Amino acid sequence: MTGHSLRGALAIACAVLMAGCGDKPQTEASGEKTLLIGQVSPLTGPQAHLGKDNENGARLALDEINAAGLTLNGEKFVLALRSEDDAADPKTATTVAQKLVDEGVAGVIGHLNSGATIPASKIYFDNGIPQISPSATAIAYTTAGFKTAYRVMTNDAQQGSVLGMFAVSKLGAKRVAIVDDRTAYGQGLADEVAKAVTAAGGTVVAREYTSDRATDFMAILTSIKGKSPDLIFFGGMDPQAAPMIKQMKQLGMTAKFLGADGTQTPKFIELAGADAEGALASNPGLPLDAMPGGAAFRAKFEAKYGKIQNYAPYAYDAVYVMVDAMKRAGSSDPAKYLAELPKTDYSGVTGHIRFDAKGDITGGAVTLYQVKDGKWQTVETVQSGN
Amino acid sequence: MDIFLQQLINGLVLGSVYALVALGYTMVYGIIELINFAHGEVTMMGALVALSVIGALALGMPGLPGVLILAAGLALAIPVCVALGLLIERVAYRPLRNAPRLAPLITAIGVSIVLQNLAMLIWGKQYISFPPVLPQGRYEILGAHITDVQIAILVLTVLIMLGLILMVQRTRLGRAMRATAQSRQVASLMGVDVNRVIASTFAIGSALAAVAGVMVSAYYGLAHYYMGFMLGLKAFSAAVLGGIGNLGGAMLGGLLLGLIESFGAGYIGDLTGGFLGSHYQDVFAFFVLIAVLVFRPSGLLGARGIERA
Repeated sequence: MTGHSLRGALAIACAVLMAGCGDKPQTEASGEKTLLIGQVSPLTGPQAHLGKDNENGARLALDEINAAGLTLNGEKFVLALRSEDDAADPKTATTVAQKLVDEGVAGVIGHLNSGATIPASKIYFDNGIPQISPSATAIAYTTAGFKTAYRVMTNDAQQGSVLGMFAVSKLGAKRVAIVDDRTAYGQGLADEVAKAVTAAGGTVVAREYTSDRATDFMAILTSIKGKSPDLIFFGGMDPQAAPMIKQMKQLGMTAKFLGADGTQTPKFIELAGADAEGALASNPGLPLDAMPGGAAFRAKFEAKYGKIQNYAPYAYDAVYVMVDAMKRAGSSDPAKYLAELPKTDYSGVTGHIRFDAKGDITGGAVTLYQVKDGKWQTVETVQSGN
Repeated sequence: MDIFLQQLINGLVLGSVYALVALGYTMVYGIIELINFAHGEVTMMGALVALSVIGALALGMPGLPGVLILAAGLALAIPVCVALGLLIERVAYRPLRNAPRLAPLITAIGVSIVLQNLAMLIWGKQYISFPPVLPQGRYEILGAHITDVQIAILVLTVLIMLGLILMVQRTRLGRAMRATAQSRQVASLMGVDVNRVIASTFAIGSALAAVAGVMVSAYYGLAHYYMGFMLGLKAFSAAVLGGIGNLGGAMLGGLLLGLIESFGAGYIGDLTGGFLGSHYQDVFAFFVLIAVLVFRPSGLLGARGIERA
């Protein structure tokens, strides 16, 4: 514990020093105040590349805001990033959330994973610290009633309704079979797709289940085959989606395969090989090059940090949305600028950001992709209705 | 009808894989009454070693026929698994052979954790794909489909099974194994080198695990460090269902478990009007297992007899 608080103290000291290292060395004397912004993502482990990407996105925004100068109600502020590692682990997430609160951050950008974001959101709420997640999509994040929880990415309900509509209206699938892996993510998404399919006039002919450890789907696929669906939707991740599509081919099934962001990965194509051809899957948001500020963001980001992994533009926008609310409130006091967050109306890199009453973005985009010639290619981008 | 036939094929193929892994559990249990929980991990190691060879060859020598590449993978995986099996026996089980039965069970679990982590260090946490080197032929029988790989799994399992029974019944080593199973002390008094016999049992079981590992990864197209856990658990259940310690029982238990899972997952939803879905397939399978054990505690073919290996 002492080691941690010592490190924390050192980090603050460094942050203060670095903030003071600008053209005005004496922070106190020049009247500049340091404002701590927290950022949490997995910085170690298998998702470390994604976590670092979020951190860099947030840092880029902070550097730009500092360079332009931030004045709130006549007072000058310098932003300092406090980046923490939650290792994509729910328990670690709550520990680092408490740490950030204790250090007095004005707001938090994060976390990356839904599973880590949801438990941490209670701590931020209890302490009145606004939180904007760049990438957590689980519905439960904003339905817990925590007024401090916001996100700048389309949630699973929005993605699910787009997927269901797309399957029935665009792909002409009247008979849809739905499989999910019984995780919070897969099940939540599959339920939304089922609702949307029915709403769009399609029929859910089969609802089957598997687990996030399974590799054998022959039995459920055979059962599904007997109901002759036009399309199979799978709510789950690529390690299941790849053998599933292979087994569909083995069984001589001709139904289309549709997945979501857990499937829309390069790993899916690697694992499924030639059988991946023709598979469809969605991902929240726009492809980077189609984002309003995508090209400019890519140039700025890559000059500093190298290749963009995934969510960096969202982390970048999240910082701007937070600072935008501070500007309108004329204060960095969480209690004051939190009241301004619901009124957000901000044009960012990823699109136009407005929040609904729950803290979800309104009219978020969902993009559909298809595997063609061994690569994910954009099919179209749909604006979600809610 | 075509759906029924398809589920039958699915169940038989899945059951064959279970049976092959179950043989390893049952052989070791038959001879020293130890449940070798690390056996599933040996299967995983076999799959990953073979996959590394197959992946390298598929990239390095793309002209090579698929069956040859597969054989090369097996040719390395089998010795590696045999060596691993011998090492596990020597290090983790032999020193505890006269200890209470719980002690080697715990080292078995320990070995399995060590192997999982070792595999994670060597191959990483990623799923590794099986390169598309094998023939992708697919045949239609009365509306049901069967692939080359599925046929190979069925045929190979039956051949291995017959070979194993012949070995146990007809060879000197087999006789020594049966003698050791009946009484270690008496066998050793009769001049049987008990340590060598037990080591041979581990070697044969591990070789089978290597074959099963390669089959599983070829069938599903992927392998990863955690794959041995669930496979081991299912195969162990199959061995218990058939009567642990009995070779024919492992085969029967494996096939039955495969069929029960397949038909369970396929029909449970329709039969209960959607009240119970296919996520109850494991519940269903283990329910059958419990029911069998209540009425026949030693498993279906579990009577102690001369067939025990």
